[in-house]
Amino acid sequence: MISFQILNGLTFAALLFVVASGFTLIFGLLRIVNLAHGAMYLIGGYIGYTVGVKTGSFALGGVCAMIGVACIGFILDQGLLRFVRGNELRQVLLTLGFAFVLNDMALVIWGGDSFTVPIPEALRGAVNVFGVFYPKYRLFVLVVGILLFILLWLLLQKTRLGALIRAGVDDAEMVEASGVNIRRVFLITFLLGSALAGLGGLMGGAFLSLYPSADAEILVFSLAIVIIGGRGSLPGVAVGSLLVGLLNTFGQVMFPELAYFVIFGPMAVLLAFRPLGLFGKAT
Amino acid sequence: MTDTTRTLTIGLVTVIVAALLPFGLSNYQVGLATEVLIFGILAMSIDILAGFAGRTSLGHGAIFGVSTYVVIYLVSNGTSPVLALAAAILAATLVAAVFALLAVRTSGVYFLLLTLALGMIVWGICLRWTQVTGGENGLRGDIRPAALYDHRVFYWVVLAATAVLAFGIWRFVRSPFGLTLRGIRDSESRMRSLGYNVPLHLFIGFTVSGFFAGVAGGIYAFFNNFVSPSTVALTQSVEGLLMTIVGGVGTLFGAFVGAAAIITLENIVSSSTERWQTVLGLTFIVIMIFAPEGIVGKLRILFRRRKPKSQALPKA
Repeated sequence: MISFQILNGLTFAALLFVVASGFTLIFGLLRIVNLAHGAMYLIGGYIGYTVGVKTGSFALGGVCAMIGVACIGFILDQGLLRFVRGNELRQVLLTLGFAFVLNDMALVIWGGDSFTVPIPEALRGAVNVFGVFYPKYRLFVLVVGILLFILLWLLLQKTRLGALIRAGVDDAEMVEASGVNIRRVFLITFLLGSALAGLGGLMGGAFLSLYPSADAEILVFSLAIVIIGGRGSLPGVAVGSLLVGLLNTFGQVMFPELAYFVIFGPMAVLLAFRPLGLFGKAT
Repeated sequence: MTDTTRTLTIGLVTVIVAALLPFGLSNYQVGLATEVLIFGILAMSIDILAGFAGRTSLGHGAIFGVSTYVVIYLVSNGTSPVLALAAAILAATLVAAVFALLAVRTSGVYFLLLTLALGMIVWGICLRWTQVTGGENGLRGDIRPAALYDHRVFYWVVLAATAVLAFGIWRFVRSPFGLTLRGIRDSESRMRSLGYNVPLHLFIGFTVSGFFAGVAGGIYAFFNNFVSPSTVALTQSVEGLLMTIVGGVGTLFGAFVGAAAIITLENIVSSSTERWQTVLGLTFIVIMIFAPEGIVGKLRILFRRRKPKSQALPKA
């Protein structure tokens, strides 16, 4: 029973990691808190669902979800956010307005029913892990989460783009002064972060299902993770996701009606000691 | 005329005009006007923080809604309306105090995120704690006292309460305490080095602001006779903040202009389409790009009667 719940917590944490890593990348580098991230997750899920059902291919659904949401991210960044650059609060509130529009448009297109993204044949059923029968698909999510962590870590630590992103998180002006087109790095990061929201939507859509308020729920988790982990830090997101994922899972088992409350405790304690989060740096 | 007497005179004239309004309006329009007053108080309470402490809150809808829930729950279970209202305001103030304890250490975007997350937690609890909150269905109860059944009577009572509250808030932001808050808004580090206890001031400011949001929420319960998770949802906080911003952050009484503008818009849009959320979102985007100082703020800049006191959103 306990190991079953631990696995539930870990797999949920892996999903949260996929979504929140995109969120924190954008927050860390561009200083933009993208409150439309939850809505992008939801739309990614819907796109993945539609493509998945039409073509029968889960992978194709994932690709389309990522591309589709990256396109939405492009519109948001280049079409709207460019007018309010430099003012954090106006940016945040603008993305909030954008989230309302996206969410409502999703309601128009896909309606209010809840959908579950079809899981490919190979990932259905359960396998025996540590003496419990556990759904294969959720283990797959866990693997994807871990792979994504490794990939992002390699990207940030071992590539030129990653070096630029890290440098940009610390001091964007200085990077620009040394002759780098930081705008392009910003845009790439924004698209990458958006695509991750889309991917998260597809993966979450297959075991949490998609419905009109799912975007708000996933957004709260992402916010909690970034508040706990600290802005723009990859280890921060990983630790935050694990904490929130496990706490939420055990909270739901122990206090089913107050599960939301359980992520509130650690956040409160943490803020009292580290207002910028575990791995956050002052700017 | 000094500033003070002028503001008081304008306020008095406005209240008298507002008191005469119901004679020219239909029952439905009186209802809308009542709604404007209630949400005007909510928007003013948000303005205490946004305009005078430089902290933009996205959690006030939740504080407001907690109060609504408590009133309806208590009155439906046999508590007297007055006692229920008092308990509700106390509950909302306590929630605000908890929010404040966590939020005073943050500023700018972090403050916004934290209040948003806290508000969402309240929403999540209201949605899931079905035994008490009725879950998705919410709580319904015909709780308005018989004496206030008439639309006009209820409007006048709300107007009287609004006048008192608005005066209270106006006094509050002009008090030495309010001036200290403004000092914190303009330069936190300077206030700290002058020996002011910044977190304590913010804590009290937030709690007081939550008190007013709670009063608005309690009154709303008697207006609406119904509460559901959407009353505490993010949309509520967003609408409240939008009213503050449309009216003009830091103008205080602009809150009522903003509330009137948004509620009128909502009614026009809702009568022709179901896409209110889209319109709300688009309004937000347009305001952020073109007029972050709001209607009253913009007017003040246009007329430039004196150096503009209003300001665009604090620059985080």
